[in-house]
Amino acid sequence: MIKLRKESRTMKIRIIASIATVLMVAFGAAASAAEVTVIQKDKKFDKKAVTINKGDSIKIVNEDSIAHNIHSRGAGKFDLGVQKSGTSSSHVFASDGTFKIRCAIHPKMKLKVTVK
Amino acid sequence: MDRYLNRIGGILTENKHKAKAIVVTAGVIAGLVMTMSAPAFSGEIKSREEWKKEYVRPAEVPFPVDNPYTAAKADLGRTLFFDPRLSGSNYISCGTCHNPSLAWGDGLPKGIGHAMTVLGRRTPTILNLAWAEQLMWDGRFDTLEEQVLGPMSAPVEMNQQMEAIVTELRSIPEYQTLFKVSFGEEGITIPNIAKAIATFERTIVSGIAPFDRWVAGDEAAISEKAKRGFDLFNNKANCVACHSGWNFTDDSFHDIGISDTDIGRGKELPGVAVMQHAFKVPTLRNVVERAPYMHDGSAKNLFSVVAHYNNGFVKRPSLSSEIYELNLTDSEQADLVAFMKTLSSNDAPVAFPKLPAYDQTLAGSVSGTNPAAGEGSDMRGPENAVAAEPQTCGGFFQHWLLCK
Repeated sequence: MIKLRKESRTMKIRIIASIATVLMVAFGAAASAAEVTVIQKDKKFDKKAVTINKGDSIKIVNEDSIAHNIHSRGAGKFDLGVQKSGTSSSHVFASDGTFKIRCAIHPKMKLKVTVK
Repeated sequence: MDRYLNRIGGILTENKHKAKAIVVTAGVIAGLVMTMSAPAFSGEIKSREEWKKEYVRPAEVPFPVDNPYTAAKADLGRTLFFDPRLSGSNYISCGTCHNPSLAWGDGLPKGIGHAMTVLGRRTPTILNLAWAEQLMWDGRFDTLEEQVLGPMSAPVEMNQQMEAIVTELRSIPEYQTLFKVSFGEEGITIPNIAKAIATFERTIVSGIAPFDRWVAGDEAAISEKAKRGFDLFNNKANCVACHSGWNFTDDSFHDIGISDTDIGRGKELPGVAVMQHAFKVPTLRNVVERAPYMHDGSAKNLFSVVAHYNNGFVKRPSLSSEIYELNLTDSEQADLVAFMKTLSSNDAPVAFPKLPAYDQTLAGSVSGTNPAAGEGSDMRGPENAVAAEPQTCGGFFQHWLLCK
């Protein structure tokens, strides 16, 4: 009977430890992978340049009444497609470097992303 | 009886609820169908006075840090711009296609280049390029300095061998002096040719139009019809989505549904779906003087343009989300045209420069020929060359007027 209680307690400790580990990993990952928000308004980005860490993402919010289309050419190129008014899109930067981001529709909209 | 009436009332009430539900459902469906099939203007709602503030002219012309303005450089650029010796044939200048008498365009549906080659697109105006980025209909050049050299070296346009142009200009003593004044010991180089022409082009700015006087407070400067057109421009007709700001362009790229096979910006950005068939939004300044319209010159006048945007476009996956059926009445379309007519400035005629003469010294008289003329460089092609009358073709203006 005592042995069974001990095993049960050990099992509980293991389960709690496992949950704690999972939570730590999850929260740890969330804490290390940040997300920077960039607003599109009046055919402009609200920032000219951002610096982030590898694995971080940029969330681009369209507050204009018109559509935008965020993309980047060259190494690590990507295209987020047409982004309608009131919507947002995110992109994770998996590698370091400097990325020039533009709206394909409105190329005067420029954002420099430096990933360390 | 009461029970009967109550029953009747109950049936009526029940039916009323059902009818209401049917009406509401039908309304929702109709709304959804309308939303799906005919988007309406969803831009910013502002008063006329608030919109007018969006169109105030800038106080200064911007010049880049790496190519600042000097009067000498702009003058040199102007001389080069009108000098046909910058083409392989010595027959086409920048000003041949970008003719100041035609609001710096050529008035043709499609440009004409070397050996009378009909080009693929209409010649765009060069008005107000100081504010532009991503030059050409497809935006393939980032800066004006890059753009200047593009048509000059393109075989179908000015067909100039770029390595030869420096030699050609160095053979003209006055050009040596002019380049030295602007660029010091660097003198005549390809980048400096580009810098000088780009500087001149940045000085080509549309003048004060009746619209500008109205924005500045002169209510009598434009008609009531034009004012209604301005309201439509910024609301129902949704022109402002792209033709925004004092220059009436945001330099964006859109597929506006022209029925042709030219993919425009799509060639530069092949992976971006919305850039297929997309072209640069042109300025509307002095637009009434620049017919025909669109990148392919397919619209003969401004009424044709408005009719296209009203409901004449081709629907395809890349069509801009800003293009949808406008349901403009004939009267509204006329108002829009009346408004666009107020965007023309009454600028003074542009004087053509006197071009630097060839070297008349003994050292410059090698073999007695024009040192800048290349063999087989007649842009008119072998058929037309026979009929040419060189004695009537002196100077840029006569070249353009008499020899074309």
